[in-house]
Amino acid sequence: MNFSQAEIWFVIAALGVGTFLIRFSFLGLIGQRELPEWVLRHLRYTAVAVLPALVAPLVVWPEATGGEVDLTRMAAAGATIVAGYITRNVIWSMVAGAGTLGLFQVALS
Amino acid sequence: MTSTTKKSSFWRGFRAGLPFILVVVPFATLFGVVATEAGLPLSQVMGFSILVIAGASQFTALQLMSENAPTFIVIASALAVNLRMAMYSASLTPYLGGEPVWKRALIAYFLVDQSYAISIQEFEEKSGMSLGEKTAYFFGAMAPICPLWYLFTWIGAIAGSLIPPENGLDFALPITFLAMVAPGLRSIAHISAAFTSVVLALALASLPLNMGLLLAALLAMIVGAEVERRTA
Repeated sequence: MNFSQAEIWFVIAALGVGTFLIRFSFLGLIGQRELPEWVLRHLRYTAVAVLPALVAPLVVWPEATGGEVDLTRMAAAGATIVAGYITRNVIWSMVAGAGTLGLFQVALS
Repeated sequence: MTSTTKKSSFWRGFRAGLPFILVVVPFATLFGVVATEAGLPLSQVMGFSILVIAGASQFTALQLMSENAPTFIVIASALAVNLRMAMYSASLTPYLGGEPVWKRALIAYFLVDQSYAISIQEFEEKSGMSLGEKTAYFFGAMAPICPLWYLFTWIGAIAGSLIPPENGLDFALPITFLAMVAPGLRSIAHISAAFTSVVLALALASLPLNMGLLLAALLAMIVGAEVERRTA
């Protein structure tokens, strides 16, 4: 890494301030004002719209394999989704994902 | 509303937050390990986790700095990863917007994927909570998660190279996020949004500055809302 200590601190500070401002944006500026129904309807889908987009490339092209498609991680992701969908439970979903990951790693090593 | 109901809201939030310890601990540890291995001193590793407190963007910044990307690209990409939190902020405002500004600032600092996911689910499903109870629930959900985020970043930094990357800790983030999404696929609208999100994120992955992520999320949100409008 060619970044100097000062440059890294600059990155940390910029991300700290920037991230806070993003989080504070609506809570801080809009306050108690009512949001219209169509806005609320869109906001209901924020989590389910953002998180899969964040995760999909990490699942299909994992960094740990240098971006190569990896059976182990695909299987773990699949197990996480299926278990989460069926049980409606975050923990069982994660247990299924982590368990599948471990199982495939042992089986394929 | 009495302080008793606030207290019980806090503890209900706390219990809802507890399962996420299993997620936050490996994730924080992993960040500590990876950042230390990338050459960051303890102060900067902790600086990231305390000042930014957003794992995915911290990993993004670390990764891009390791690749010696320009400072501007590092900051813009990591912030782009966090833009989803503007939507969290907007989505919580109808529920928590009545608090004084210092409390809203504190809520904003603690507004992470987990506290958002836990709180919004409660607020949407349970009507009739007072403002104080909602705020107490939010901080309750954060209480078991945040201190451990700091602590295990520190432990990870100390443990440093003792944990080899091959053991799959890198996959804690995808498993975490998928486990948060899957139980929430309650309707055809949710499933449509998630599907759109995945397909577009992959199709647009080559766009610079995480624009693929943002575009995919925006369009997926529109698809979810539109499907809801047509099926409601």
